[in-house]
Amino acid sequence: MQLLIQFIKKELIQFRRDPKMFAVVLVLPVLQLILLGYAANFDLNTVHTAVLDRDKSEASRDFIQLFEKSGYFNIDYNVSSYEELTDLLDKGKVLTAIVIPTEYEKKINSNQTASVQLIFDGSDGNKAAIAAGYSAGIVSGYAQNLLLERAERTGRKTTIIGTINPEVRIWYNPNLTTRNYMLPGIVGLIILIVTTSLTSLAIVKEREVGTLEQLIVTPVKPYQMILGKFIPFIIIGFVSCTIVLSVMRFWFGIEVKGSIAFLFLCTFVYMLSTLGLGLFVSTISKTQQQAMMTSSFGVLLPMLFFSGFIFPIENMPKIVQYITYAIPLKYYITMIRGIVLKGNGIADLWQDLIILFGIGVAILALSSLRFNKKLE
Amino acid sequence: MNLAEKNKIENSIEVKNLTKKFGDFTSVDNVSFDVRKGEIFGFLGANGAGKSTTIKMLCGILEPTSGDATVGGYSIMAQSESVKRNIGYMSQKFSLYNDLTIGENINFFGGVYGLEGEDLLKRKKWVLKIANLEGKEKLLTGSLPTGIKQRLALGTAVIHSPTIVFLDEPTGGVDPIERRNFWNLINDLSAEGTTVFVTTHYLDEAEFCNRILLIDAGKIIAGGSPKELKEKYITTIILEIECDKTIDALTLLEDSNYFDSTTIFGNYIHVKLKENTREDEAKAIIHKLLSESNIKEKRTDKISPTLEDVFITLLEKKD
Repeated sequence: MQLLIQFIKKELIQFRRDPKMFAVVLVLPVLQLILLGYAANFDLNTVHTAVLDRDKSEASRDFIQLFEKSGYFNIDYNVSSYEELTDLLDKGKVLTAIVIPTEYEKKINSNQTASVQLIFDGSDGNKAAIAAGYSAGIVSGYAQNLLLERAERTGRKTTIIGTINPEVRIWYNPNLTTRNYMLPGIVGLIILIVTTSLTSLAIVKEREVGTLEQLIVTPVKPYQMILGKFIPFIIIGFVSCTIVLSVMRFWFGIEVKGSIAFLFLCTFVYMLSTLGLGLFVSTISKTQQQAMMTSSFGVLLPMLFFSGFIFPIENMPKIVQYITYAIPLKYYITMIRGIVLKGNGIADLWQDLIILFGIGVAILALSSLRFNKKLE
Repeated sequence: MNLAEKNKIENSIEVKNLTKKFGDFTSVDNVSFDVRKGEIFGFLGANGAGKSTTIKMLCGILEPTSGDATVGGYSIMAQSESVKRNIGYMSQKFSLYNDLTIGENINFFGGVYGLEGEDLLKRKKWVLKIANLEGKEKLLTGSLPTGIKQRLALGTAVIHSPTIVFLDEPTGGVDPIERRNFWNLINDLSAEGTTVFVTTHYLDEAEFCNRILLIDAGKIIAGGSPKELKEKYITTIILEIECDKTIDALTLLEDSNYFDSTTIFGNYIHVKLKENTREDEAKAIIHKLLSESNIKEKRTDKISPTLEDVFITLLEKKD
């Protein structure tokens, strides 16, 4: 115990003396969070729109106005020919085009089906889908109003029977803000950087300088050496985690809905695998540069790509989806999103927690064995 | 007490048929020797001769391919834990933390060896005293000059008062005055009863050792006290010549075939006489040869052989 305290003290003093490390652990996460919080925004607030109104009637103007009033659509162009419309779409000036045919008003007033053409620039599928979603909402609202008005006018009350109105409600993240979805994931990323990259660097540095050799001739056992490295970085990891959560709460207003204690428990379980990976990287790297490269390209990037942090796992090919089962960050992101956004507890997340624990113990055991072997 | 038991107590280290192979390369080849309690034991050899490998096996950093050794009475194979408790180790690489202060380094390594409270304080004082760093414990270790760092490293390596200390080229890159100070420290340790096992490639330092072992290509080629080695391997007279045109003179003396060997030592020439040549006889010949070639002879003296002479003789013999 006394021995471990010595190691922790030593590691924390070294950490405090290294301004670079200090910045990496305490300043970088906050910066990253704020940058990503603003940049990682997949929401669409202004849809540039062109209108070709061939009817030029009261009904058609009403219809167009609804789009303007929605707050999402901006009618930038009123054109008079289809060619002009195509041109605007081609050049990417507008994302959406609305075409109202002649006799639109007449058809509506005579209870016929009137069609309206909505064209979306699908080259950015994501945006197009969002804009299409917005317009579907507007159109169905409009149609329902028409029916209601007519019912009132004619005094009948049964007309609406049979129409289905999809009532979509998004839970947990009602405004569908990307930020709410992304930021909890960043906690996982930052812990990965602190515990994998920094731990491997710290161990390789000792080997480079020769202090590791000095420690091997002391009665310190390898497991004590490993714990002596891990515990300080667990502490630093939790400090980073707390900072990130505070910025999330006080800067972006994202509150942790679930239990913070449970979140920290999950974080600790997650650290078992990230520390284990750090130890493993240290056993295959001779220099600090090598350790840095290996942890960035061998651990960090694959974790980012296969964890669902950036790309949704459901969209990946089946084989790749199987790979994601081995990615610790995947489970952690599921858990932290659940805890922060939905207020999930152990009842909802026990499976992920157990799997993550299993992966962590396996990685830790394998890399400790390798580390021991390397020492001899 | 029988003889075997007595040996056990008097020998600090006993090495039996120790071998280390790295793939096809045999770094240490079936080496056996003993180190007595409290002596300064020098382990000499060229770079790559197997010095560091041997020391690393004795300290438990490397596992031997075959053979065994006892260090402080404990087997390096079976009782490496106990071995580690009883030894100190300091390598050619400076191995304290440069980003910790002197005091923090001492505290850390003291703590690693289980020292605490009053004991740690006492030993810390002692380390600071021998490294001549009293009152400077708040300085960053990285800011110290090499010589002082090495003394601090030695002090830290023996903070737990081990019975044996291994020093692997401790004076590499240290200036001559600091080297002398360092060796005074080694003498003090030895006087207190600590066994000092030291490797070096400075042959002048080896003269301070009680006993020496010469190793070449993983094999022991000679062993004994410096005096014994000189008496055993240098049976003839060595003359040192100081003259101008040293290189010409060397060629001239070499070509004369009158001497056993001629070597250049800095600005001087050492000539080893053949078995039955007398000193005055040789001096006359040298004088004659040099003056015939218009080389100005400043002095020619008989010198006592150095370990360097021994080393060269031994290596020449091998070739």
